[in-house]
Amino acid sequence: MQKYSVFSLIKNAFKGHQNWEVAWKDPTPKTEYDVIIIGGGGHGLATAYYLAKEHNISNVAIVEKGWIGGGNVGRNTTIIRSNYMHDENGLFSEFGMDLWRNMSLDLNFNVMFSPRGIINLAHSDAQMNAYSRRGNSMRLNGIDAVLLNREEVKKIIPMADFSENVRFPIFGGLMQPSAGTARHDAVAWGYARQADSMGVDIIQNCEVTGFDVANGKIKGIQTSKGNIKAKKIGLCVAGSTNILAEMLNMTLPIETHLLQACVSEPIKPLLDNVVTFGAGHFYCSQSDKGEMVMGGDLDGYNSYAQRGNLPTLQHVLTEGIAMFPFLSKLKMLRTWGGIMDMSMDGSPIIDKTHIEGLYLNCGWCYGGFKATPASGWTFAHTIAQDKPHKLNEGYNLNRFSTGHLIDEKGLGTKTWIS
Amino acid sequence: MLHIKCPYCGLRPQTEFSYGGDATVKRPELNKEVSDQDWDNFVYLRKSPRGKHLELWQHISGCRQWIKVERDTLTHEISTTYKANENI
Repeated sequence: MQKYSVFSLIKNAFKGHQNWEVAWKDPTPKTEYDVIIIGGGGHGLATAYYLAKEHNISNVAIVEKGWIGGGNVGRNTTIIRSNYMHDENGLFSEFGMDLWRNMSLDLNFNVMFSPRGIINLAHSDAQMNAYSRRGNSMRLNGIDAVLLNREEVKKIIPMADFSENVRFPIFGGLMQPSAGTARHDAVAWGYARQADSMGVDIIQNCEVTGFDVANGKIKGIQTSKGNIKAKKIGLCVAGSTNILAEMLNMTLPIETHLLQACVSEPIKPLLDNVVTFGAGHFYCSQSDKGEMVMGGDLDGYNSYAQRGNLPTLQHVLTEGIAMFPFLSKLKMLRTWGGIMDMSMDGSPIIDKTHIEGLYLNCGWCYGGFKATPASGWTFAHTIAQDKPHKLNEGYNLNRFSTGHLIDEKGLGTKTWIS
Repeated sequence: MLHIKCPYCGLRPQTEFSYGGDATVKRPELNKEVSDQDWDNFVYLRKSPRGKHLELWQHISGCRQWIKVERDTLTHEISTTYKANENI
């Protein structure tokens, strides 16, 4: 594989950039692989990469219905954080933070990881107490957390509404300074390029239409490009999980829901951090191009539509304007919607299934992008060793029937209440 | 904007309603032996189909009645609405 560097850039510049190698090939599927990963999004690509890199399993196919990086990894709000209270989530995400910090070097691809810090605003004394508890839990797990008072928040984001007569005054906030953002497309492309160079076949425009299961063991898949055999198959299909589960006669603790996000017209650099509103569900950061990147609540009903409705967008942006009044002066550049695999406790599932050789990676709710490297790493381990890694033991499928939920928000089973 | 036909009030905008989820799940019967699996099925497991979905909504800013709505999850098209106690 051609290494990307300033030297290769200069060399190719002299030749008019005509001789760059393709970043990944377009192979026709073989009849059999050691492992098939269904879903060429961030998690699927990362899984294939870590299977090859950490476990020397490179006879792997990624089967993708559309094109790689065309799903949620290409349409999220790029936030990376590990500000969780529960051990399972905190330790898993912080492991991911280490992978994020080294990702550009590891993949030889600039993913533009920008640890700019995330601030969760608090709007009451009770919320400050809750944040101090969460911050303490984070620090016990080795994650950086700083509790900010009103004045300290004002120094960092003076453009927020600090006037006296607001409905939700800012009392302070919880900051994770090491959190940040990354360029989402580059993450998919970086993993794809490395996985391809180690022998992984990335098969695009190939829809899975069925599974071959015999005697409780997985044998292979049926696709629009023919049947492919494999003894181990991993599902990384986010919002389409329920559709594939139906083909396998499985019912999962997951509902598929619609989430919208939007960006404003680009403006000059204004916001250095990721900021979340504490009296509702709204978050905001500024992209390198200057757009304000914003998101919030689910539309609130089961959906596979990948497009949203205006009432939710209006609701979310009303919260945004309550937090940052200047947003009301901006024009909206783009809005879009994607479908989320909402699990019943808000935490993901990375586990084996009752079918031997079939592995499940789903239930990422809103938080899939930041989990990309840790999810790929632990899922690769789970597939290669046929048992979960310590980091994803808690993310098992039977925790719902045994009662060992990881309910970070304490919301219970109503996935549409966010 | 979805427009939902409340069986009591007629066609109203989505913003008057709140969502109540899958209407096909059945609570295990009282005073009977209920296995963990039965509870699991009722509380957590959902088909979440792509296509026709029978779901509960409450007309919270209207008559406050719970209703059943048959809606397509891919197109958002609402085909029929029922009173909550109507057998389908």
